[in-house]
Amino acid sequence: MKCQNCGESESTIHFKEVVEGNLREIHLCEACARDKGFHIAIEHNKLSIAGQFIWMAENLYPESAAKVGSVQCATCGLRYSQFTRIGRLGCPDCYGAFQPQLMQILRRVHGETTHRGRLPRETTALAEPETPAAVTPPPRPEDVRKQRLRQLRRELEAAVASEAFEEAARLRDSIRALESEPPGEPG
Amino acid sequence: MIPILDMVQGPVRWLAGDGPMGDRILSTRVRLARNIRGTRFVGRALEPELISLRDRVLDLGLSISALPGANAMPVGDLAVMDRQLLLERHLISHDLTGDSAVRGLVLAGDEKVSLMVNEEDHVRIQALAPGFQLEAVFEAAQKVDLELEAHLSFAATPELGYLTACPTNVGTGMRASVLVHLPALVLTQQIKKILAGVNQVGLTVRGFYGEGSEVVGNFFQISNQTTLGLSETETLTKLSRVVNQILEWEDRAQENALRDARLQVEDTVLRALGVLKYSRLLRSEEVVGLLSAVRFGHTLGLRNVPSVSVLNDLLLRCQPAHLQRAAGREMTAEERNAYRAELVQKVLEVRDAPRFDP
Repeated sequence: MKCQNCGESESTIHFKEVVEGNLREIHLCEACARDKGFHIAIEHNKLSIAGQFIWMAENLYPESAAKVGSVQCATCGLRYSQFTRIGRLGCPDCYGAFQPQLMQILRRVHGETTHRGRLPRETTALAEPETPAAVTPPPRPEDVRKQRLRQLRRELEAAVASEAFEEAARLRDSIRALESEPPGEPG
Repeated sequence: MIPILDMVQGPVRWLAGDGPMGDRILSTRVRLARNIRGTRFVGRALEPELISLRDRVLDLGLSISALPGANAMPVGDLAVMDRQLLLERHLISHDLTGDSAVRGLVLAGDEKVSLMVNEEDHVRIQALAPGFQLEAVFEAAQKVDLELEAHLSFAATPELGYLTACPTNVGTGMRASVLVHLPALVLTQQIKKILAGVNQVGLTVRGFYGEGSEVVGNFFQISNQTTLGLSETETLTKLSRVVNQILEWEDRAQENALRDARLQVEDTVLRALGVLKYSRLLRSEEVVGLLSAVRFGHTLGLRNVPSVSVLNDLLLRCQPAHLQRAAGREMTAEERNAYRAELVQKVLEVRDAPRFDP
């Protein structure tokens, strides 16, 4: 397929995006992709699969990415946005701190999110259910809406990750609707 | 002088060519990534913390029974050329060749098992053996793992397994790989289709030196891409099944090549042997390609071609750092090409090469 921008070279970079519920496909050659500012995607492609998916999720939904990016690991201080840049976590506790985001990445990279192999003996010994890393906030009324938003955003990320673009567009509209409601009046 | 550098001058054990299916499978490798509980990963920890961790692991490595006759050293103490030498023997990764004060290496006397310290993860256990022997190699790595576990507290959770710096390694932390020679599939141009298929089943294909390296001489490193959701044994079984399947295809492609183009195949092999024997200048990648062609002749049952162990030995010794170590001096690329051609003639016992009078 020829590049949609110059119409000359073969396209090697392919994007899909959903605008107002319509799926749009973009096919560009590498030179035009760079021109159009898609070079980060090209670099990430070469870097790591993880980076590529992170990049896709963030660039399709920049407004939610900004909030996710500021999540910080309490132990080592790494921000999620730093992780997406370097592709490496800061400490073992980062897995708990970034759990919802990482789950999406793990699903894409490994196709699974649960370990089945061996464990160090001391981990097996304490294997009785640990408290989940994400602690549910106390259910104050104004938090209900926030929590619903978080839930929707997680579903949105999952939808993007599994390329369910129509579902993603529907979720994005729900999020916008909920965001535009005045605070304190959960719908 | 660090004793390791004397040690690593001879032939390398994993290239001995005497392993199971040694003519078609160069080597089997298993790597386990481990990190210390409660310690920041290498990229985010402070240098003093990492240095003390390194020294602790180096000490521990010397006392472990699964690493007999071990040498332990801070990688920063090694000259650049020596690091290159270790890389050529697949004993350290490309990452570990970089300049860093915090890195360390423990190497068992037989070079079969090693510990890389403070590379991307705190500890990476690596086991290597000639030929196709996934189970044995995994067991060798696991023995070290179990011994280390008695002294070090590894970061892990029941849900996610071993926690690693990069989420692509979390779970078993295991990367198992098989370095396989597939000349007939390349010749018959079926290789692309097969490699694409490999990628779809959660395995990946890399070049001779692993991640990011080029495919040279029809050697392909096939390894598991995923580390979560399958146990170590399940992963090894899957890899083994796929490698066996690919070898079957390679067999069929060889039969077809011999049936349809016997003379052309023979011609390719003999020309390669001729160039190896009678060149005055041989480039590094060129030699790998030529050795691959001659190895192909060996697999096809051609008589009178050099043995697999001779071919493997050349594969190792023709690399730049090995050549310079043998010559005892640094050489330019051009000097190396001449030295390399001489070495090949010596190893292949060519005595009738025409020469100018001195």
